Amino acid sequence: MNKEKLTNNAATILSLIAIFGFLVWANSYASPYVIQILNITAIYIILSTSYNLVNGVTGQFSLGPNAFMAIGAYTSALLTLTPLEKEITYIIEPIVSPLGEISLPFLPSLLIAGVTASIVAFLIAFPVFRVRGDYLAIVTLGFGEIVRVFATNAVSITNGSLGLKGIKQYTNLWWSWGWAVVTVFCLIGLVESSYGRAMKAIREDETAAQAMGINTFRYKMLAFIISAFFQGIGGGLLAHLLTTIDPKLFSFFLTFNLLIMVVAGGLGSMTGSVIGAVIFAWGFEILRWFEEPHKIGDISIPAIPGMRMVIFSLLLILIMLFFRRGITGRWEFSWDSLFNVLGRKIKLPKTS
Amino acid sequence: MTNIMTIKNLTVRFDALEALSSLDMEVASGSIVGLIGPNGAGKTTVFNVLSGFIRPHEGSISFHGKEIARLKPYKITSLGMSRTFQNIRLFGELSVIENVMIGFHLSYNSMFLGPLLSLFGYKKIEKEIYERAIMLLDRTGLLNLIDEKASVLPYGLQRKLEIVRAIATRPKLLLLDEPAAGMNPNEKEDLMKFITKLRDKLALTILLIEHDMHVVMKICDRITVLDYGEKIAEGSPQDIKNNQRVIEAYLGEAGVAES
Repeated sequence: MNKEKLTNNAATILSLIAIFGFLVWANSYASPYVIQILNITAIYIILSTSYNLVNGVTGQFSLGPNAFMAIGAYTSALLTLTPLEKEITYIIEPIVSPLGEISLPFLPSLLIAGVTASIVAFLIAFPVFRVRGDYLAIVTLGFGEIVRVFATNAVSITNGSLGLKGIKQYTNLWWSWGWAVVTVFCLIGLVESSYGRAMKAIREDETAAQAMGINTFRYKMLAFIISAFFQGIGGGLLAHLLTTIDPKLFSFFLTFNLLIMVVAGGLGSMTGSVIGAVIFAWGFEILRWFEEPHKIGDISIPAIPGMRMVIFSLLLILIMLFFRRGITGRWEFSWDSLFNVLGRKIKLPKTS
Repeated sequence: MTNIMTIKNLTVRFDALEALSSLDMEVASGSIVGLIGPNGAGKTTVFNVLSGFIRPHEGSISFHGKEIARLKPYKITSLGMSRTFQNIRLFGELSVIENVMIGFHLSYNSMFLGPLLSLFGYKKIEKEIYERAIMLLDRTGLLNLIDEKASVLPYGLQRKLEIVRAIATRPKLLLLDEPAAGMNPNEKEDLMKFITKLRDKLALTILLIEHDMHVVMKICDRITVLDYGEKIAEGSPQDIKNNQRVIEAYLGEAGVAES
């Protein structure tokens, strides 16, 4: 028992070192293009796993992560921009007084972004969790729109539809992957604890969960708040990667993309969410091939802009046809299962 | 013997329909009480009110000296009342042991910030919950099934698992809604032994709804009979068997005349 635990911990540490090594290599040898996609991949992992906590683990069909990302992105960007930069950016209306003077380093800004998103999640949890199922989806969808409209119209806070420009590109591989690792570890810890089990109970049967003494409202709220925290962080990282943000960036389309990652990966499985995020980030880039002109033998195929969207949709349909519950289903990766598979393969020749 | 629960004047209406009309009932500590009556008599309504899923319009329920008539279900469970459901409600996608471990949740999760504060202590707590679940499953004879998905178990075992899961919340009063439904005679015999064993070993009080008269008459100390939301009889199994109103309610007056 103890030996198993030791090997598992060793395997975790080794794989973390391997990721670290890869990032060191990528940082100095990979092209800026690849580095950009690696950053996006990490941010997608943060977003999809935290989204999965609410939608997959707790079973509450929320459509509001774009709102929390927007809150996180704007909060962190407003905090890192210097007073002078803000003065130049806000050309329609000057920025409101306390925000205009504050300027903080990256890490506190990110943390405040996460906490702000959590506070908003706490407040809207009261109306949101009065309803269930489809209604909950509609309410959270509405909330996402409210945040977007607010960002467009509260010009003295968000600079309106012009958005914020000239945000420093603090996000690098260390920040993005560091947070991705922290997020995944925290969420897996949570899901495997008795708190996570209570959340799964709510997903399986809310009535029975109540009968087991679970305060279902509290646990739904807990999932929502924790999820919002990481979505806020993810939004902040994205803002400091793209360097410009505007309300259009945080439309419902963003939520929709996250939903694809989580559902195609396997709703309820953190492993699935990570796989979904990686496939989504890289899939879009790899499929660019279909948009370029090609010459196969005598046939020349012209460049078709937008073709990758068609192929991507087809792939999604195939995934949903053949893996109805996503790529991993509810299965979670564990070292034990990996060792078991490897062990079988090594032992097989001996026995036969 | 003292009463663990006293129900007074309990009334529930669904629009114009009076599902329960001023029910009075007492449950003695350590007894097995049967709640019977024809279909639609309001038996499950009584359970739903007791466990907090339906709010009564009038009346009071005193449980262990506490008034619980309008509390939320999770609150009532935390005070020591646990239930099963007529249509089994297991956490189907989760394994047998996870189902039971969720039952232990009450003993551990009290703080809202627990997961953050006990980030380092949670492995220890997890281990403790796991061991207690194993012990409970061992004593109830389900140990060989711990990793099975709850939804793939045969019907009788699902019923049993639901009872075990309810026990994991450490109740003083256990409400069983038709525990013998759909069981064959052998399974019913096992169930009866199981229920009496629970009462004796865990010092539980059990209130059960059941249609199978053989089961009810054999294990219940007292029986309450409902018909159209009203209590029509109460007493020992022998009293109930010979009660004219009960026979009428089950067979209809014409039926009584024929026999």
